Amino acid sequence: MALPPLDSPQWQSPWRAFAWGLRSITQTILTVVLFVTYLGIGALAHDTHFSLLWALCSTLFVWAGPAQIILITTLGSGATIIQSAIAVTVSAIRLFPMVVSVLPLMRTPTTKRRELIFAAHLTAVTLWVECHRFLPQVPRERRIAFVHGLGCGLVSVCLTANTVGYFLAANLTQTLGAAILLLTPLSFLFSTARNSREVADVVALTLGILLYPLAAKMNSGLDILVSGVVAGTIAYGVHWWREVRA
Amino acid sequence: MSFAQLIGDWHALAVLFIAGVVPNQIWRMLGLWFGGGIDEGSELLVWVRAVATAILAGVIAQIVVEPPGALASVPDVLRYGAVGVGLIVFLLTRRSIFAGVVTGEVFMLAGKWWLG
Repeated sequence: MALPPLDSPQWQSPWRAFAWGLRSITQTILTVVLFVTYLGIGALAHDTHFSLLWALCSTLFVWAGPAQIILITTLGSGATIIQSAIAVTVSAIRLFPMVVSVLPLMRTPTTKRRELIFAAHLTAVTLWVECHRFLPQVPRERRIAFVHGLGCGLVSVCLTANTVGYFLAANLTQTLGAAILLLTPLSFLFSTARNSREVADVVALTLGILLYPLAAKMNSGLDILVSGVVAGTIAYGVHWWREVRA
Repeated sequence: MSFAQLIGDWHALAVLFIAGVVPNQIWRMLGLWFGGGIDEGSELLVWVRAVATAILAGVIAQIVVEPPGALASVPDVLRYGAVGVGLIVFLLTRRSIFAGVVTGEVFMLAGKWWLG
């Protein structure tokens, strides 16, 4: 499936653009990765004695794999609500720069902030990665509708996966459970690496991984934030230096 | 499994919102509020994107270094090895996410089977 050319009449209707976004979930391997990951989250919720409705609500309203895994495992191991909330919020800090960097791709001069609320909610790693890939092929005034379609498609896939995983849970071995959890770091790493076109992106990714274990030694509870800001700023420095020399 | 079990109790749902939804969603809404005025081509956005990538890298490293749930049952060498071997195949296949993910998974599963 290829998207219609930018000047095609196909893009005249926002509903058509929504439908193209919805259909685009078949154009990425990340949909399969999300399905299996959310199968795992459904199974994890079952094994930790959360209800199916709880698991589905976490997918609908949290919509961030690592945060959901952290929430379920910390609450399941007897952490307090405050401890869980802190662990979740630290993992979610990445959503702030992601939303800041992805929204300008779909904004037009007349776009109001409230029109972007749902797109901001849908923003997570997969959507962030796919927006950078798909949006250049979508006319700017139809991008919000396209992203709504893409996001709704991915959420539906994950809700289905949650339900299947919840009922399969009793049959999942520990090895299979481990394999499902390993999908998150592998797919996050490779999908981000594929999208790294500039040297600065590669530096940010590599340094971000290498600096985390060092930052974790400080045990501040903000390890990811510290390593992320330091690595990201160094990567920006590399970008700036190359611009100046060019 | 009864219908009531599938719904659960309201207390657990309240915990979900307090410990999960609010601490997670607050960053997206801050991004929406803050990102409203930034230009697509601006230098600030280059820095913000680099920080987003590096924080994501930290989340990746955290899952591998301090694994959650069943992943903790996999020895260190297999977890690091799976990411390393997967990365090599990803680069050799001209950045195929599929090839990288499958290789990493197969490495980990084969290693677990071999170690018993």
